[in-house]
Amino acid sequence: MPSWPAETKYISHATARIDGAAKVTGKARYSSDIQANGWLYGMILRSKWPAAKITDINLDKALQVPGIKAAVLSRGKEMTIRYYGEEIAAVAGTSKQACLDALRAIEVTAQPLPFVVRENDAIKSDSPRVWENAANYPAPRVRQNGDVDTAFGQCAAVIEGSYSTPIQIHNPMETAGNTVSWTDEGVTAWSSTQGISSVRDGLAGSLKLDHSKVRVITEYMGGGFGAKFGPGVEGVLAAKLSKEAKAPVRLMLTRFDQALAVGNRPSSFQKIKLGAAADGTFLAFEAENYGTAGIGAGGDGGGGGGGADIPMPYLYKVPNTRVKQAAVAVNAGSARAFRAPGNPPASYGIESAIDDLAVKLGLDPLEVRLKNDPNKIRQREYALGAEKFGWKQKYKKPGSSPGVVKTGIGCAGAAWPAGGASRNTHGEASINPDGSIEFRLGVQDIGTGTRTVIAVVAAEMLGLKPEQITVKVGDTRFPPGPGSGGSTTCASISPTVHNICTKALEQLQTLSGLADARGANWFAACKKIGISPLLISGQWVEGLSSSPAGGVQFAEVEVDTETGLVTVKKMLGVHDCGLIIDTLTLESQINGGIIMGMGYALYEERVMDDLSGVMLNPNFETYKLPGIADVPEIEVVLINMPERGVIGIGEPATVPTAGAIANAVANAIGVRVGSLPITPAKILAALGKVPPATA
Amino acid sequence: MKNSEPENLGAHSRRTFLKSLGTVAATAATAQVQSVAAELHKVNSEKIIGPDAVPVTLTVNGEKLKLLLEPRVTLLDALRNYSSLTGAKEGCDRASCGACTVLLGDMPIYSCQKLAIEAQGVEITTVEGLAKDGKLSKVQQAFIEKDALQCGYCTPGFVMSVTALLKKNFHPTADDVKHACAGNLCRCGAHPHILQAAFKAAGVEHAAKTEVVNYA
Repeated sequence: MPSWPAETKYISHATARIDGAAKVTGKARYSSDIQANGWLYGMILRSKWPAAKITDINLDKALQVPGIKAAVLSRGKEMTIRYYGEEIAAVAGTSKQACLDALRAIEVTAQPLPFVVRENDAIKSDSPRVWENAANYPAPRVRQNGDVDTAFGQCAAVIEGSYSTPIQIHNPMETAGNTVSWTDEGVTAWSSTQGISSVRDGLAGSLKLDHSKVRVITEYMGGGFGAKFGPGVEGVLAAKLSKEAKAPVRLMLTRFDQALAVGNRPSSFQKIKLGAAADGTFLAFEAENYGTAGIGAGGDGGGGGGGADIPMPYLYKVPNTRVKQAAVAVNAGSARAFRAPGNPPASYGIESAIDDLAVKLGLDPLEVRLKNDPNKIRQREYALGAEKFGWKQKYKKPGSSPGVVKTGIGCAGAAWPAGGASRNTHGEASINPDGSIEFRLGVQDIGTGTRTVIAVVAAEMLGLKPEQITVKVGDTRFPPGPGSGGSTTCASISPTVHNICTKALEQLQTLSGLADARGANWFAACKKIGISPLLISGQWVEGLSSSPAGGVQFAEVEVDTETGLVTVKKMLGVHDCGLIIDTLTLESQINGGIIMGMGYALYEERVMDDLSGVMLNPNFETYKLPGIADVPEIEVVLINMPERGVIGIGEPATVPTAGAIANAVANAIGVRVGSLPITPAKILAALGKVPPATA
Repeated sequence: MKNSEPENLGAHSRRTFLKSLGTVAATAATAQVQSVAAELHKVNSEKIIGPDAVPVTLTVNGEKLKLLLEPRVTLLDALRNYSSLTGAKEGCDRASCGACTVLLGDMPIYSCQKLAIEAQGVEITTVEGLAKDGKLSKVQQAFIEKDALQCGYCTPGFVMSVTALLKKNFHPTADDVKHACAGNLCRCGAHPHILQAAFKAAGVEHAAKTEVVNYA
């Protein structure tokens, strides 16, 4: 069984990312920077109707616009539109301006249809159907354990609450898109993706080409968070435009397109009933939940509601449970995977209910968690975090903070059970007689530091410095690896690099006769390689990685009870990290998870207009992301557990933040705001200072 | 005599407007109207630019960039799509994300909101122009050391904003840095490290609040 070195020089230390210089100088070529020879701009015409029957699309006038080289239909001249922003046609031309002119020249004949964009309207049986042959709101699935009704009767206290979460938009800073070149030899796509292999397979499938005829390159990409696994309609349209125009086409989405059409986190409307014994031990849990994945995560074929279920009662052990869940379809863009799918809304709901129950029982909410969370690692993390945070000293009865600006604290837990590694991860290295070495893995860097992880592991194993390792990723011509999703990349590539290095050292030692080819002997050993480089292939091996991952977070907030403004003063995250590869990039990911969770708690929400069916905030002015001035002091504790091997951390880091902040707000003002984002208007309404907003 | 100019058809005729102002104001107003008219005449007599492409000369990172652009092309598009300077990024194309930040003189601007033709005659600095003779600037170096980035797409914008700040403020406070970067968005959440990097570039070290604890 392979193992990680016990003493390390780079693994578990701080290494600056090896592609940092490329990123701070503008030399890094992102997918949207690609200037293929003779490239054209591509742009998409999107539906201005939330639902419509299109009976004709005329591209003739668009093709007459000077500079326009191609125009293609999304599906056909006749199509059914199911959401505002759905793709109708696309054009390619020599300038962005020509494309804008051409989009305006496309003639569309359509019959608008009735639509429904809000979940609470769509659940009504007489609401306009999103899919002709499927109900918007199918019968809920019921899961039951034990005898819930009897157990509630035995509880010392029972709370019932409503907790809802909004649609969150991924909003990576680089929008989705591709430059695609389709020639007789095949298709090359420079794609802004977190899954080069899935984009290749998706393009090959849609274009009816052999997979071997499609190459996907992603040298650098500007964030994905779950939204960028496939080629998307935009990738297929770019390919069709390229074929027709006989030139490469760069088709990057606009910021509006990104918000409308390429994914989001489903909403949730959770009704939770939770009961416990006097000592806080949970006895019964009942929940009804629905949310929307827009026109449905199932896409064209699926129909109906789908893809919005969340894990309930999440982390906690409750002997008697009944959970009813259903997803509702609305006329809006479909959901996609979004950083720890299902977990942040689940965490917000149950963690809020736990605090509400603790208040009713007169117990410290942290104690209630320790009593009911069966996970030993989290128990330890709570104890560690509570001491560091000063929980016991800071915890006050809800609403008892004096003055106009009230302070409060809260905590919440996270799990990411789906992590682990992709066994089908391969890689290769060429080692040259001069001692230089290049690793090639068919994975991509979504921003987590994939190249750096490869360099750190290789440097450690070979006794070199990370800067001596050349790393190439982001090309489907390299040995295949997983998409950057599910917090699996680090745990997939680290054992793979370990395996390549182990094989390389064996071969070099045989070649050179040296007992140890590492470090000081490296160059002497490599001299024996001969003229052509030594090529070593390797793959993921068992015993060097594991799952799951979890963590806990603590929040301290100030709430101005006159303006309703919430200011997060401090966040503490305590996360189990397995064998840490690079403390610096790990800390960045945890900071990022917390900040994204803060946006979910306080600012972010897709707003649909029920009269027009239009998304009102598909931009950064009215869809508010946390800015640098909003970000509080963040303290991170990394629990190093080398015996567990490498695990992923990207997703658990964002799970508990909103629950912890929501609990801190409730602790500050003494009443619960039962929906995210916790806006000033909702705070003032909860305090009875303004009437609640009506939908 | 009946006045040929209607006195009170709309809310204001020119006559009632002038009358209501009194003689002195009317004189001043008339003078102003005349000067506006003169101004308009001057503008109209100048050559109208476009809509076809016109020659544009930009001074970017100390070098002249001669381009042929439609007047409606922005500085950002001119850099990214008509030259190979793709360092400035397009995140929104509507002045809300800051990924396209460049320096106009010493002033950080959103290059997506400046027409290329308006940016002529001023020294433009992009992220590609910060390193001198292959040596990274202090800000760039600090961004790498503090890991003030993840995907790196917003990074050129933040680097330019911090660079502009440190040109005029050698000892910034945390609030100064936050103010300077208020127009830049980052979705990966690199903000805490960006703050540390700005301090590091200014020569002030701030210890990170991270601790590694062994689980035993």
